[in-house]
Amino acid sequence: MSQTLSSQIVNLLAAFLLLLAFAMLSQRRILTLIRLFAWQGVALALSTLTVAHFTGQTHLYYSAALTVLLKVIMIPWVLHRLIDRLHVRWDVETLINIPATMLIGIGLAIFAFALAAPISQMASALTRSTLGIALASVLLAFLMMIVRRKAVPQVIGFLAMENGLFFAATSATYGMPLVVELGVALDVLVGTFIFGIFFFHIREQFDSLDIRHMEKLKED
Amino acid sequence: MTASDFIPSPLAGSLLAAVSWLAISVLALIPAGNAFIARRLAFPIGALVGLALAMFGLQAIWLSPNQLILPLGLPDLPFHLRVDPLAGFFLLLLGSVSAGISVYAAGYFRTETAPRLTLIGLQYHVFLASMAFVILADDAYLFMVAWETMALSSYFLVTTDHGLPAIRNAGFLYLLIAHLGAIAILLCFGVMNGGHGDYTFNALRAAHLQPLWATVAFLLAFFGFGAKAGMIPLHAWLPEAHPAAPSPVSALMSGIMLKTAIYGMVRVIYDLIGGVRWEWGMLVLIIGAGTTLFGVLYALMQHDLKRLLAYHSVENIGIILLGLGMSMVFYGFGHPAAASLGLIAALYHTFNHAVFKGLLFLGAGSILHSTGLRDLNDMGGLIRRMPKTAFYFLIGALAISALPPLNGFVSEWLTFQTALQAPVLQHGVVRSLVPLFAAMLALAGALTAMCFVKVYGIAFLGQPRKAEHLSRSPAVGHDIDAGEMERFGMAWLAASCFVLGLFPTSFLLMLNRICAYLTGRGLSEQALESSWLWLVPTSSEQASYSPIIFLVVIVAVTLLTFLLVRHFYHGRVRFSDPWDCGFPDQTPRMQDTADAFGQPIRHVFGPIYLMERHMPEPDDPAPRFSLKIEDRHWYWFYLPIARFAEYVSSKIALLQQGRISIYLLYSFFTLIALLVFVR
Amino acid sequence: MTYLPGIAFQILQSVFVVLAAPVLVGWVNQCRAWLQNRSAPSILLPYYTLAKLFHKDAVIAQNASPLFRITPYVLFGCMWLAAGIVPVLATDLPFAPAADIIALVGVFALARVFSALAAMDIGTSFGGLGARREMLIGFLAEPAMLMTLFTAAFISGSTQLTTIVETLAHREFAIYPSLAFAAVAFLMVLLAENARIPIDNPTTHLELTMIHEATILEYSARHLALIEWATAIKLFAYMTIGIALFLPWGIAEAGDWAALPLAFTVLAVKLLFAGAGLALIETLLAKLRLFLAPEFLSTAFLLAVLGMLTHFLIRG
Repeated sequence: MSQTLSSQIVNLLAAFLLLLAFAMLSQRRILTLIRLFAWQGVALALSTLTVAHFTGQTHLYYSAALTVLLKVIMIPWVLHRLIDRLHVRWDVETLINIPATMLIGIGLAIFAFALAAPISQMASALTRSTLGIALASVLLAFLMMIVRRKAVPQVIGFLAMENGLFFAATSATYGMPLVVELGVALDVLVGTFIFGIFFFHIREQFDSLDIRHMEKLKED
Repeated sequence: MTASDFIPSPLAGSLLAAVSWLAISVLALIPAGNAFIARRLAFPIGALVGLALAMFGLQAIWLSPNQLILPLGLPDLPFHLRVDPLAGFFLLLLGSVSAGISVYAAGYFRTETAPRLTLIGLQYHVFLASMAFVILADDAYLFMVAWETMALSSYFLVTTDHGLPAIRNAGFLYLLIAHLGAIAILLCFGVMNGGHGDYTFNALRAAHLQPLWATVAFLLAFFGFGAKAGMIPLHAWLPEAHPAAPSPVSALMSGIMLKTAIYGMVRVIYDLIGGVRWEWGMLVLIIGAGTTLFGVLYALMQHDLKRLLAYHSVENIGIILLGLGMSMVFYGFGHPAAASLGLIAALYHTFNHAVFKGLLFLGAGSILHSTGLRDLNDMGGLIRRMPKTAFYFLIGALAISALPPLNGFVSEWLTFQTALQAPVLQHGVVRSLVPLFAAMLALAGALTAMCFVKVYGIAFLGQPRKAEHLSRSPAVGHDIDAGEMERFGMAWLAASCFVLGLFPTSFLLMLNRICAYLTGRGLSEQALESSWLWLVPTSSEQASYSPIIFLVVIVAVTLLTFLLVRHFYHGRVRFSDPWDCGFPDQTPRMQDTADAFGQPIRHVFGPIYLMERHMPEPDDPAPRFSLKIEDRHWYWFYLPIARFAEYVSSKIALLQQGRISIYLLYSFFTLIALLVFVR
Repeated sequence: MTYLPGIAFQILQSVFVVLAAPVLVGWVNQCRAWLQNRSAPSILLPYYTLAKLFHKDAVIAQNASPLFRITPYVLFGCMWLAAGIVPVLATDLPFAPAADIIALVGVFALARVFSALAAMDIGTSFGGLGARREMLIGFLAEPAMLMTLFTAAFISGSTQLTTIVETLAHREFAIYPSLAFAAVAFLMVLLAENARIPIDNPTTHLELTMIHEATILEYSARHLALIEWATAIKLFAYMTIGIALFLPWGIAEAGDWAALPLAFTVLAVKLLFAGAGLALIETLLAKLRLFLAPEFLSTAFLLAVLGMLTHFLIRG
């Protein structure tokens, strides 16, 4: 089954994305998490460029440029500044140990692929199997949000989820209308700023960013 | 009248062998001459009978099925007997492995007291005969009679030392779970019967079941036979009963009795129920994988040698179930060649496990007999005092760790080849899950190797951890190695390990015949045409393996290197003290204990175990370390069921009022009810 | 008689690998020295070391058993067999069908088991420590390696290394994402099994930090020479397995004798870069704490499993 060069490149980038999602699951240091997130942005941009080149849809070029600007440059920069000012420690504890997390991750990946299998039958040959990977990245990012104890990795997980959704959009339907994309990008940027403000408040209140402290807020 | 007229047919021969065992068991009871028959004659003759049975079994694999009806049993259900290729294979297993164990037992039991020896002789040979009848049985009644006899005779063997309460408890647990399994099997036969009233296997085979009832029958058979095989969650009796029994009996139970359960599974699921569905295969795969990993992880934590070996039996049953499950999945999706490969892998592993587990238990028995030690934490350096036992045990340890060119590797290789057939499946999720099970098998294999490095290294290598080795012989320095008969039995099994490992193609052809008989189709043509040198299960481009070349190359290079180094350089050796890193007071107690060797596994797999650990404090004047590892299944499964059973029986106990008038009232009401409803 | 050229070639390849392995180790050491701004020893230093060791008298502990004395030879024999199976220069190896990738992993496992047993033989605490740690690394590295090889087997439809190489090298150029995962996992396993940083420091002399070295503390002279040589052959074998799976272009086809000089040159270039890459990794990374090693290896195992799954899931 020989696939065309374009679909192979997209497949490779999709696999790279999945690898990065797993790498984020297994990473302890927050700085490396931010770097991995930036690399995810690069992979996304490259795949959007490839789809744009081989299908001739020019608005995807703008989309790729936006991705690079936002996800590779701006948001990592904002996060860097955030952790500098919060003096967040490097080693991150997880609720369950890392090999177990990765095992659950594998189970989620199989589940995502099983779910996406009938849908991808209908998609075009260029991007058939990438829907499963996109769904898997979303689920893995969600898992990362659940098992982390500090607040900053949870935010990165939220942003990684958005990455996965973006990839699903470009792969299955050749991108969203540019207006929608601009709106989503703005939402993400604003969301990051609001998260940053919340972190400062949490830190002031509890003197730590460990989310277990927030359990004290419930009514007893 | 040629010589071949005197050789009975396989069926008659096997029946003769089983009856001979029964005869030996009765004769062994004669206490004359300090139980002369039981001490000197019973076991060796039993071994010879086993060999004869093995030969008849081998013959039966290649001939067409044969039936016989004995005028015993129920009035309208006499005993039906039958040999076909599947039964022939298991008779071969029973005969050959029991021959080695019986020879060993001849030496092991020689020093027993007369009353115990006669009883052991009786129970041992009844056990063997009942296993033969389980395999020969062709109707449900004889099967259940033989099954129960097997359970009972082994119960008595397990509780040979019934003076100890721990052994009595182990026996009770064993009998309890054996009976639960037997009830499930009985119900399974009932379901398969479908109400016709004819319980012969021919009738059960011919009966067509609706899918729902077929699945119910499958589940009953799987869990019923699984309870005897020792798969989770019904495995709790295995680690208790096998160590409690005398070593030859443990070898028989682990080596052969668990395999009769596998025989039952294959017979009922493939032959009697037929129409195997892939969902059944997935269930078998999942439980098999769980059993494998559970068995090996718990085995790594044991420091009692026989308990450790018992947990490894659990693990290997899991591996057999993995092969069986893959076979059922392929069969359910309509790929008979791959299904045959899976079944062959499972059956091959059955034989392999019987051989090397028997060998390992016999080795443990020799250690126990010669030194009185059973706890690994007390052993050490036995290779110097028991060199021949150490040699045979090494072969067993290498075989169970699935290292080439021995037999354990061949069956694992075949199981991996089956998993590599996964791309032919159409179902996407199943196709991606089958390689996952191969990954779990790989993990279990590596953990087994670690466990046996621990066992062999701590027991045989290094230095003695306990200052005095308790020896049964009076003179110090006396050779405490195993006796002649014991060594012969172990050598027989070790040689079988080599034969099974070096000549896999012959066994492949044998097993292919069984698969062709059961499923109607065997392996591909190319697989069957390969020569005795190469093992080719599918096609030679896809996979091949030659253990003989493997062994020859390694041995040749080793010898060549040795000679070349001696020739070009020299072979001078000086002896001195071991490296002590500048700390001169090294004692044997500074070596790793069995628990210490397992510490990395405890660290990595911590949450799986239910651990109670007491660590010493740094400034403790009398530091102590204690570690207790328990099986979670007791708290999740057995104790809740026991509590529920107690609760139900306490409610039913309300019926027992103790007053005679109430009981008479019960009889009165029953009489009235019968008169009213059953006219 | 048509087998004779093939058999001769097989023997020649095995001899070549055995003789060339120390050069690779020397090259890695040179690169590492350059990266650490030191002047490098000669690239032939491992040969001089082996010769020196062979000349010495063997000093053995008094309570050594026959197992201890046989193990170096068995290890050497196992590595020789491994060297004979891997298609280093060409895929025309008549004895290659005797052992496929599963048997290859089995050979390495056999070597590991014997090495661990020999370590426990003398009965000192260091031996037990080495054996325990060696098996700890092994129990995760072996399944990871097996799953990596299975990924290649699924892609090429065979478990014979020669068939895998022929399929991967001579198919039309295609990018296999599953092989990308498998490559990362294989690299991690290579580092672990060959006792390289970040798992183990091959140049340490502190016993409590040793993993592989602790199993050979008691060996000296010709036994130590054979074990060191076997370790070098193992590194060479692992590198050529990696090249055969992931960069197979340039390996001569069966019966194509004219392509051999090119194959030799290509191999030399690949090993040059591979050795330099290994030295670079060793210089950039720091040794992991011992109990982070199982995490490292379980990540490798899970990546390999993921690679295998990706093959099924992406190919549809």
